[in-house]
Amino acid sequence: MAEAMVDLSAPRRHSGPLCTPRARRRYWLILTLLIVLAAVFGFGLLAWNNPMPVGSDGFWRIAERRMNALIAMAIVAWCQGIATVSFQTVVNNRIITPSIMGFESLYRAVQTSAVYFLGVAGLVSLRGVTQFSIQVVIMVLLALGLYGWLLSGRYANLQVMLLVGIVIGGGLGSVSTFMQRLLTPSEFDVLSARLFGNVSNADASYYPVAIPLCVVAGILLWLKSTRLNVLALGKETATNLGLNHRRELMQVLFLVSILMAVSTALVGPMTFLGFLVATLTYQLADTYDHRRIFPMVILVAFVVLSGAYFVMRNIFSAQGVVSIIIELVGGTLFLIVILRKGRL
Amino acid sequence: MITLRNVLKNYSSEVAIGPVDLNIIEGGITALVGPNGAGKSTLLTMIGRLLGMDDGVIEIAGYDIAKTKSKDLAKIVSILRQENHFITRLTVRQLVGFGRFPHSNGRLTVVDEEAISQAVDFMHLGDLEGRYLDELSGGQRQRAYVAMVLAQDTEYVLLDEPLNNLDVAHSHAMLQTLRRAADELGKTVVIVVHDINYASCWADQIVAMKDGGVRAIGTPSEIVQRDLLREIFELDIEVAEFRGHRIAHFYLPVPMCGNCHRSKVDGCCLDGSPHVAAPLPLGMPA
Repeated sequence: MAEAMVDLSAPRRHSGPLCTPRARRRYWLILTLLIVLAAVFGFGLLAWNNPMPVGSDGFWRIAERRMNALIAMAIVAWCQGIATVSFQTVVNNRIITPSIMGFESLYRAVQTSAVYFLGVAGLVSLRGVTQFSIQVVIMVLLALGLYGWLLSGRYANLQVMLLVGIVIGGGLGSVSTFMQRLLTPSEFDVLSARLFGNVSNADASYYPVAIPLCVVAGILLWLKSTRLNVLALGKETATNLGLNHRRELMQVLFLVSILMAVSTALVGPMTFLGFLVATLTYQLADTYDHRRIFPMVILVAFVVLSGAYFVMRNIFSAQGVVSIIIELVGGTLFLIVILRKGRL
Repeated sequence: MITLRNVLKNYSSEVAIGPVDLNIIEGGITALVGPNGAGKSTLLTMIGRLLGMDDGVIEIAGYDIAKTKSKDLAKIVSILRQENHFITRLTVRQLVGFGRFPHSNGRLTVVDEEAISQAVDFMHLGDLEGRYLDELSGGQRQRAYVAMVLAQDTEYVLLDEPLNNLDVAHSHAMLQTLRRAADELGKTVVIVVHDINYASCWADQIVAMKDGGVRAIGTPSEIVQRDLLREIFELDIEVAEFRGHRIAHFYLPVPMCGNCHRSKVDGCCLDGSPHVAAPLPLGMPA
């Protein structure tokens, strides 16, 4: 009797990441919808208010100029999405984001001290592929130093590392704020434009450095997705299942720091975006499997970014601070989702 | 066989576990017992290489755990802690599936699925296998984690307080399962238990620990002795035999004589009987 029951249920019993046909259908439906939305917003940004007829030579010439912002959004979506999900997985915490490690404060401090010490000319001197690369390297080194130091000692502890990251971030932030108070209003004005995350900050000449970096880091994390699934179970279970937890942790954090550094150095701080899209993705994808989560989180991030830009630019005719709309609309949406479903 | 030689873990200048020398026999159930803070869990987590030791050597089936790759060890020994971080978007069956990770590297084959089904059925979780972990009670989740460890299919299984969160019926089911795992599947099961009687009735070997060291090791009838228990738990506990198993009765204090400060059970000055030095009576007083 018992054997017969097992036989009957045998074809249905499997342990894949999406175990019912309904869950599979739902996942692919949402993914398709996101792809369509991404395409619509992407094309909308290129074509809306474009005075030339679609497809004509002039149309593409205008579109090409807008393309840069679109590429920046794609890079940011890729970096923030993958980095946030991986980071939250390895630290077993879905409320914090990798920006906690002080990348953004470092970015603010670098930009502010450039203006403070060198004037507006200092900001100009920060532009350039070499300077961009140096910024990325400094941020990655800061992160590596922090991880390496705090995770290798005898009392290696993730919580302490995060705390130190927050403290360093807070310290750098206060130093920047202090320097900002001593700036002239016009200098401050120029600076604050840089300090809001904005895809128009992105300079197309950085792309040859930025794109390969984040593609490689992203693909490496993608290749680790089955390991990330195990790491999500916590240090002890992961060790029991044969992972060298500390090594995996360091590798993932290193890749995350590259992604975050590229994104921050390219467009500035995007504190809330990663957290928002990661949380939305967990609700939408409804699976633990990173192989399924990664594509979706990138799409969600791109849709959120491009949608916010589209709305901002073409409906409110406001250029610039798109992070406001992301935080307002995204935050509300996030609260609704969490309060309705209540599962992080 | 699990062999510990001179294993030492220092917490501070006063608090240390070890040095411990210990042999845990192959097959059967070995229970680690002792008072709180005796170092049972610490020792178990060190054997399961979740915690590094400061000195000494631990060998499992001849493999030095400090020198063997974690990935290879995961096919020999599995360990489950008391408290586990759990992610919400995971069903019971998917969790059990993670037990196959050392064998499958995350790509489940037909053989893996079969092992998962077996482990799920072995723990009687068939009805729950589609449920998410956050929809389970603590005890059910505990059983799901044990199923994961069983799916890992290792010769040695280390469980830190597997009876935690379980009611009497589920404790029984769990012990029966562990017994079957030892007897039918030939596994070596090492558990930490708080209740000495469970150890006495179900284990083949008991390791009694106190103050970071091993006090005694032996069969249940050798360990569950009144003076040994008194020494380990610092409590006078009456011991009686029940259907061939020695049961420690610790629910009521042993009645003491106010005059000669000996337990009245042993006979004391006031009831007129002479002091009995040894051996201790086994029968419980009426």
